[in-house]
Amino acid sequence: MPDLTDATTATGTAVPDAATAATVPAGQREKTRSLAGDAWRDLSRKPMFYISGLLILFLIVIAIWPSVIASGNPLACDLAKSQMGPTGGHPFGFDTQGCDVYTRTVYGARDSVAVGILTTLGATLLGSLLGGLAGFFGGFWDSLISMVSNIFFGIPILLGGVVFLSVVKGGSVGTVTLFMVLLGWPQIARIARGAVITAKQQDYVQAARALGAGNTRMLLRHILPNALAPIIVVATIALGTYISLEATLSFLGVGLKPPAVSWGIDISQASNQIRNAPHMLLWPAGALSVTVLAFIMLGDAVRDALDPKLR
Amino acid sequence: MSEPILQVRNLVKHFPLTQGILFKKQIGAVKAVDGISFDLYPGETLGIVGESGCGKSTVAKLLMNLEQATSGEVFYKGQDITRLSGRALKAVRRNIQMVFQDPYTSLNPRMTVGDIIGEPFDIHPEVAPKGDRRKRVQDLLDVVGLNPEYINRYPHQFSGGQRQRIGIARGLALNPEVIICDEPVSALDVSVQAQVVNLMEKLQDEFGLSYIFIAHDLSIVRHISDRVGVMYLGKMAEIGTDAEIYEHPTHPYTQALLSAVPVPDPEAREKRERIILTGDVPSPANPPSGCRFRTRCWKAQDICAKEVPLLAVPSVFADRDTPAAHESACHFAEDGTAAA
Repeated sequence: MPDLTDATTATGTAVPDAATAATVPAGQREKTRSLAGDAWRDLSRKPMFYISGLLILFLIVIAIWPSVIASGNPLACDLAKSQMGPTGGHPFGFDTQGCDVYTRTVYGARDSVAVGILTTLGATLLGSLLGGLAGFFGGFWDSLISMVSNIFFGIPILLGGVVFLSVVKGGSVGTVTLFMVLLGWPQIARIARGAVITAKQQDYVQAARALGAGNTRMLLRHILPNALAPIIVVATIALGTYISLEATLSFLGVGLKPPAVSWGIDISQASNQIRNAPHMLLWPAGALSVTVLAFIMLGDAVRDALDPKLR
Repeated sequence: MSEPILQVRNLVKHFPLTQGILFKKQIGAVKAVDGISFDLYPGETLGIVGESGCGKSTVAKLLMNLEQATSGEVFYKGQDITRLSGRALKAVRRNIQMVFQDPYTSLNPRMTVGDIIGEPFDIHPEVAPKGDRRKRVQDLLDVVGLNPEYINRYPHQFSGGQRQRIGIARGLALNPEVIICDEPVSALDVSVQAQVVNLMEKLQDEFGLSYIFIAHDLSIVRHISDRVGVMYLGKMAEIGTDAEIYEHPTHPYTQALLSAVPVPDPEAREKRERIILTGDVPSPANPPSGCRFRTRCWKAQDICAKEVPLLAVPSVFADRDTPAAHESACHFAEDGTAAA
């Protein structure tokens, strides 16, 4: 071990193996490290992070510019080709209306991914903000927020969807997202509240308070990093649920409406033709699965990177 | 003796017991700490002992202002700190610091050791200029006997004793005058306990610290303390110098506690008389009237149920020059060594 100006052996304390083994190269030793920096270093060594990151990047690119990889028009359909299998230039075949499944799958990414990501962001931000504040401050606000979230919990999501979306009559990405955030935040809030209460009771939060730390520092430095893991897990899983919920709502005719193109609409239209033309279901459903998987993998990698014990 | 650095007067903490969900109604209170008074002098160690649930840790939290006292005062250099808030409280916190019981939960697992020990400087930037902090943190690591190179490691990479040293280094960072130690070694191995206690004694000499040392291990308290207070069910039963308490206990509870200390010598063990208390500690939500110890005391008489014994030098010893003449809250105080 290079230049160890050792103080521990002098006092007779045993050095744990893990500590001795992790000898840092001399160049990096000079820099003081932080959790964010270490997490990034950890992420940059994980293949799972790159795979999921590239997939998500690809999805975002085709969501913004679908014409990059699909030259056709998703609304240009030819009933003569209804439910036809793959042919030259149309590798995924055609759906009932005779539209090209490949083009529709590519174009469908935009609304599906937009609804999924926006709902997850909205529900996670709103849920962890409200749940976190309820858990941190407790008392009256906790009772109030818990009660409101329980009321939202009690609303059956499909019934709520039918009522809300038929009254609003939007059928656009905005209204569908708004509705799903409204019914989705209590799930995150519950997790966040529990995680914050657990973190709040730890001695290190008391220690920070004893040092004179304010609420902001305690929340940002001590409670948030330690409460984040369960929230990330639930949010990444919820993202998949939200995309399929959008599909369900579209299937019921209250979600996105044609001429909007989304995986949800295509899956719901294909689901009753599965025996005649399985390719109609396979491609949009496959795209949905890969998207959900990519986000879950990313969430997993980020959660692991934020936990020093797993390094 | 010089002016006390910390004066605690009639400190009370009642935790309300409530019913109802949105509109809470108080139906009682757990009297965790019920009127405690003591002084802490500069450079001394005051040990506080008592069994689990007697309110020791609540006292520590009250002194640190981590819990709001129901009533009573804590004077730090003449200033009542229980009602302080904001900037004034932050200033006092620089001088009173705490070492926690459990080294596994008192260090944030997601912060490096450098960040943990450096955090006091982030909160009180006037103590160390920014460029100087890393050096200060490394000095602190060195002071508590850890390798300064460990600055970028995470708490889980250390053993229990090393983590407690990190906790001590964090407590020392702001150069406090008083350190409140809430069972700092009870979570550690016996062999490591000695190291940590000796380190704390060394630091006391080096920096002129005053300690309030809370523990339930009577031998460790005797080893480190100049004076010792014995708590029972939220009240101080007896307080005096370590020799007074350990050699001449006058309160029956102290005598019973001391008779439970293991004696390594088998012959002495045969000879000594053990006091076995009957019954359990009463609930602090509904403590007995008068003397709190009367339900388990073999000396209890009618007066014990009626009158709360005051913590004062018992009248039988008042005029005599004997080590038994120290403050004890018992109507029937007698010198434990004489009785045994």
